[in-house]
Amino acid sequence: MFRRLPDLGGETVNFTIDGRPATARLGDTVAAALLASGMESCRTTPVSGAPRAPYCMMGVCFECLVTINGIGNRQSCLIPVAEGMAIETQKGARSIASEYSAKGDAA
Amino acid sequence: MTQNSAIRLESEIAVIGGGLVGSATAYGLARQGARVLMFDEGDIAYRASRGNFALVWVQSKGLGMPEYATWTKASAEQWSTLAKSLRDDTDIDVAHHQPGGFILCLSEAEMEARINAMRRLHNQPKMVQYPYEVLDHDETKRRLPAIGPDVVGSVFCPLDGHVNSLRLFRALHTAIARLKVDYRPNSPIESIKPDHDGFLINGPWGQARVQKVVLAAGLGNARLAPMVGLHAPVRPSKGQVIVTEKAAPFLHHPMVTVRQTDEGGVMIGDSQEDLGFDTVVTPPVISLMAQRAVRMFPLLAGLNIVRTWSALRVMSPDGFPIYDQSQSCPGAFVVTCHSGVTLAANHTLTLAHHILEGTLPASLEAFSSRRFHVSSAA
Repeated sequence: MFRRLPDLGGETVNFTIDGRPATARLGDTVAAALLASGMESCRTTPVSGAPRAPYCMMGVCFECLVTINGIGNRQSCLIPVAEGMAIETQKGARSIASEYSAKGDAA
Repeated sequence: MTQNSAIRLESEIAVIGGGLVGSATAYGLARQGARVLMFDEGDIAYRASRGNFALVWVQSKGLGMPEYATWTKASAEQWSTLAKSLRDDTDIDVAHHQPGGFILCLSEAEMEARINAMRRLHNQPKMVQYPYEVLDHDETKRRLPAIGPDVVGSVFCPLDGHVNSLRLFRALHTAIARLKVDYRPNSPIESIKPDHDGFLINGPWGQARVQKVVLAAGLGNARLAPMVGLHAPVRPSKGQVIVTEKAAPFLHHPMVTVRQTDEGGVMIGDSQEDLGFDTVVTPPVISLMAQRAVRMFPLLAGLNIVRTWSALRVMSPDGFPIYDQSQSCPGAFVVTCHSGVTLAANHTLTLAHHILEGTLPASLEAFSSRRFHVSSAA
């Protein structure tokens, strides 16, 4: 759906979407990186399960929520993508219990 | 008087107040075929019904008035009937669940105080009996795996539960609209006057004549009750509430101060402050509530808070409900309590029937405001 402008240079950043490798440009927000990589929806809603994608791109609408490095419901339009970032799409509500137990295992 | 008599009788019963108490009572009246007129204020009203914590709660209630424990238990027991009736009448599921609830204690002193309070409650003469369990940390952890090490123990009661109270509120209003209750928002009441064999109700919107009147105006009852020979000395008790973002279900029972709603948000609440009509949210209270909640369930620390608010409970001098009928103006009733969700089932399925019959039964005598005269004379 989205294509990058052809004349933009800049450093490349490697990250993963649901475990699949992807690339973005340094300075992209996570939301921009997801859209540029062809993603059409980043989550489904907790109540009705409807698909959602980044919308306002300025921190207001909360549609672009994703799990970043194990923490759910991050606003992807406000967070710059970083090398090695693990981004996961969310199905329904954030699972605080599995995030917490994952953190406990790591500690 | 001649002028007054010319005003036609508009309805059999006027319910004053469109909150949970008024709408639950009006629903009960309308279900039995009464022609009901319901007056409500606008958005400037205090509306405890939109700020409450949504528990159907039994344990811990009734110390000092065992009749209140009996009444509360009865409502909890017929809550499923109310939920079904609302679902049948409106197709709205109010997410009623009574899986049993916990009061968690964060120190040995809290635990001891809670156990003593439960013993005192259940040792009262005439106290209705129901099961509850005192659980140590390990047993609490077995039933609620998300608790943290600071939880010393808990008291569990299988009768406790919760609902989605905003949906309950909408369901009640939808139901009464379908039953042709004449709902009049933005209609404050200036005066109520006994008139012939009924009442003349006045406001900036005009006048209405009715046969009976039920005061269910929350904090407004204090002003309205004396107009019809009743007494309802209710005062505001401020409660602050936090709600988090929605998360996948991890709390399958309500606590008295923490619960996960059917849609996933976690509500943290139950502060009590006596500050008049002040409804400002204050960071010291909110952070203390959040801190205690995180000690109970450490994983809450990772959740984002999306909203905080405060609302005013409608509190009588002893904290118990007031149900009363006017001696000097027969046909006038007052209904007020701070547990509009828990008691909604009674208000619809029991109380409305008595109001329609015209007399409150002896079983509700303990709730008369005459108890306040007795205590002040003693």
